[in-house]
Amino acid sequence: MGRYEIRLSGAGGQGMILAGIILAEAGVMVDNLNISQSQSYGPESRGGASRAEVVFDEDQIDFPKVIKPDLLVCLTQESFDQYGADLKSYGVIIADSGIDISEVKPEFKDNIYQLNILDLAAKEIGNEISANMIVLGIIARIIQTRIPVEFIKKAIIEKVPPKTVDLNIEAFELGFDLKLDKRSYIYGRI
Amino acid sequence: MDFEKYLRMDKLPHIWCPGCGHGTILNSFIRAFAESDFDQDKTVVISGIGCSGRATGYLNFDTLHTTHGRAIAFATGVKMANPELNVIVMTGDGDGSAIGGNHLIHAARRNIDLTVILFNNQIYGMTGGQFSPMTPTGDLASTAPYGNIDQNFNLAELVAGAGGTFIARGATFDPRQLKKLYLAALKHKGFSFVESLSQCPVSYGRQNKAGDAVEMLKKQEEDTINFKKWQQLSTEEKKLKYPLGILKELDNPESEYTVRYQKIIEQVNNEGAL
Amino acid sequence: MMKTKIFRPEKRAVLIQGDQAVVEGALAAGVEFFAGYPITPASEIAEGFARELPKIGGKFLQMEDEIAGMAAVVGASLAGKKAITATSGPGFALKQENLGFATMVEAPVVVVNVQRVGPSTGLPTSPSQGDVMQARWGRNGDQEIIALAPASVTESYELTIKAVNLSEKFRQPVVLMLDEVIGHLREKIYLSTSDEIEIIDRKRPAADQDPDQYLPYQLTDDLIPPMADYGSGLKYHTSGLFHDQSGFPDGKNETAKLMQDRLHNKLHNNLDQIILYQKDIRKDDRVAVLSYGSAARTAISAVNTGRKDNLKAGWFKLQTIWPFAEKEVAELAAQVETIIVPELNQGQLIREVKRAAAGQAKVLGINSYAGELIKPEEIRALLEEVL
Repeated sequence: MGRYEIRLSGAGGQGMILAGIILAEAGVMVDNLNISQSQSYGPESRGGASRAEVVFDEDQIDFPKVIKPDLLVCLTQESFDQYGADLKSYGVIIADSGIDISEVKPEFKDNIYQLNILDLAAKEIGNEISANMIVLGIIARIIQTRIPVEFIKKAIIEKVPPKTVDLNIEAFELGFDLKLDKRSYIYGRI
Repeated sequence: MDFEKYLRMDKLPHIWCPGCGHGTILNSFIRAFAESDFDQDKTVVISGIGCSGRATGYLNFDTLHTTHGRAIAFATGVKMANPELNVIVMTGDGDGSAIGGNHLIHAARRNIDLTVILFNNQIYGMTGGQFSPMTPTGDLASTAPYGNIDQNFNLAELVAGAGGTFIARGATFDPRQLKKLYLAALKHKGFSFVESLSQCPVSYGRQNKAGDAVEMLKKQEEDTINFKKWQQLSTEEKKLKYPLGILKELDNPESEYTVRYQKIIEQVNNEGAL
Repeated sequence: MMKTKIFRPEKRAVLIQGDQAVVEGALAAGVEFFAGYPITPASEIAEGFARELPKIGGKFLQMEDEIAGMAAVVGASLAGKKAITATSGPGFALKQENLGFATMVEAPVVVVNVQRVGPSTGLPTSPSQGDVMQARWGRNGDQEIIALAPASVTESYELTIKAVNLSEKFRQPVVLMLDEVIGHLREKIYLSTSDEIEIIDRKRPAADQDPDQYLPYQLTDDLIPPMADYGSGLKYHTSGLFHDQSGFPDGKNETAKLMQDRLHNKLHNNLDQIILYQKDIRKDDRVAVLSYGSAARTAISAVNTGRKDNLKAGWFKLQTIWPFAEKEVAELAAQVETIIVPELNQGQLIREVKRAAAGQAKVLGINSYAGELIKPEEIRALLEEVL
């Protein structure tokens, strides 16, 4: 237990900020868990780099932003290049398969997982915009002892447009079922 | 009729110069108010800065002497906070059309139920005769020693174009008409605007060799014409005269701003909110 | 007037932004009027009021500019409503003249400034505490101001209620200084129930007040004159000129002095009610980190982690930045060897800290002024250096 820091990064329009808000909303449902959620804003509504952060802790959260992530998600090369070197030694990086990770820091070689998130969203769900829900599924599995999976699902249902709930939950479950190996749980410190 | 109850008699005599037209405007306003059925206790008069701004000090109502140019913005807050209040703004040509010009057009656009009386003496009088947006091109002012090259506004057209629903113009040479215009403006439900031509023999008149108040009033009469007669003039003739009277009147109380906002309140509370 | 909503019948946890917490706090405190102009990073406050105010029969106005927004809230206050406006640095600059007017006519209003990096357009979506001195000295003439600075979403809620209450109690405009981080941060907070909140309403004249005897700027023992709503029949004059007890200007120097002194003393006689702070300073702490707003989050984080490694450090968080907590900071300076002042500017409040410390303690700044929070490790490094 203790402070846990998540950084979600990608391009504007990939729904990283919404994913951050959903994680935070799910965290609110957990008794005695404190939440701080923030994001970097660019002036443009679509495109450009986008970053959302979620910090949770049973204790009071002093510094409200990520100091060093326990869990980092990168959906674009740009976001990986910008944030990929910043991680706790036991942290986890989830990177999209399309990203060239050959320049990852040697000490994070075993901490990084590449999953074909954007590809799955496009082909299995039929919409690349569902990538954020696949990401939430992946995260839900990693943090399930801190924030119950059902709470994240409930937060998704509350936050997405009613007509898109089924599709979003389908994408969430697809992500949840993606195979990571047990290292992720060890490195994820949960 | 007891006009004195509308004045703070202990604050008189006023500070306006001998020959100034502003006292005539105040006089005509009081006569109009006395004829209206508005409650003196439920009326707020708001002014800005300049000679016109001092009018509120002499009037026995709730009165607010605000910052330069902002009277209409303060008045918008007062009216929205309590739409039962009858809110009147007294402003000048500098106060209302230069520094406060933005508030004038936007209040007109909202069609909020304010009565704006603009004292137009074509000059910044209190500060000693600098040119205003209403100083005619070519005239002299302390900041236009070689002649004013600025074009002046046609304020009535400006406010009408912005969406004001009652527009009138009067002049101090005809106080009886002024009174009628103020009374109609007070009664109008919506944004009403009365441009009130006034004379400033001291700060404007002396620089422009316009003579004393009597001569200036004569000139005012020559330069103006009844609106109905003006409409029959040719396009060229129209340019030479300012029409006086009610220039625009659209009677549609439902389009008034506080009425429309009240509908939002009812809609939200009846249908449930977002 | 329609009022259908009962405020928060039950306590509940919600995830909201600091900007939204300002809206919730204001509504809880009885605010019924907002006027303002859109500006990043404060627009969420306007949007919140646009949505919520009609539900309680309140009024929302999007004005043509920042100046008009400030004017309209002063007008609404004089008409008897609790009124608030919100902006960011560039808009705060435009509001200054009418903020000074509010001080002069003693209209209770709250002005929220969600600070972003300046000068000028600066960095609109990045945090700053660069308007500390603008809040204090942005207007012409000497005058007091109350400014509060929340450091969290919960404090944004609580200090908004406090700001409204202080403005009503002292007939005084109050500035609430958030910054972009606090304004946009989402945190879990517990909204109070209606019976948990203390609400203060301005003192009004008695219902049977004789209009001929009413002095709108009466010199009372507490120096706060009872304030009549426009339309209540007392027909009084309000002016930005120095005025006597009747509200009318008389152009006399003695009148101006009397009024200046009263405006000053009505706050300075009550500093214990106005100056809010929190602290955790242990007897043997040798260093104190003194901060406010989002910088306090970094400060407290650095101190708490440092203490795990036995660093003799404590923290002092100002919730009221103006009037400045002179007495408290002087006491702090007598107690510790060093005071560290982290700020998201080039060093503004540190000037006051140095003045109050008067050489009793060494005063060191840590400054970030290009749009980033100060990191806990930066304060940690300085703590280790001085200890």
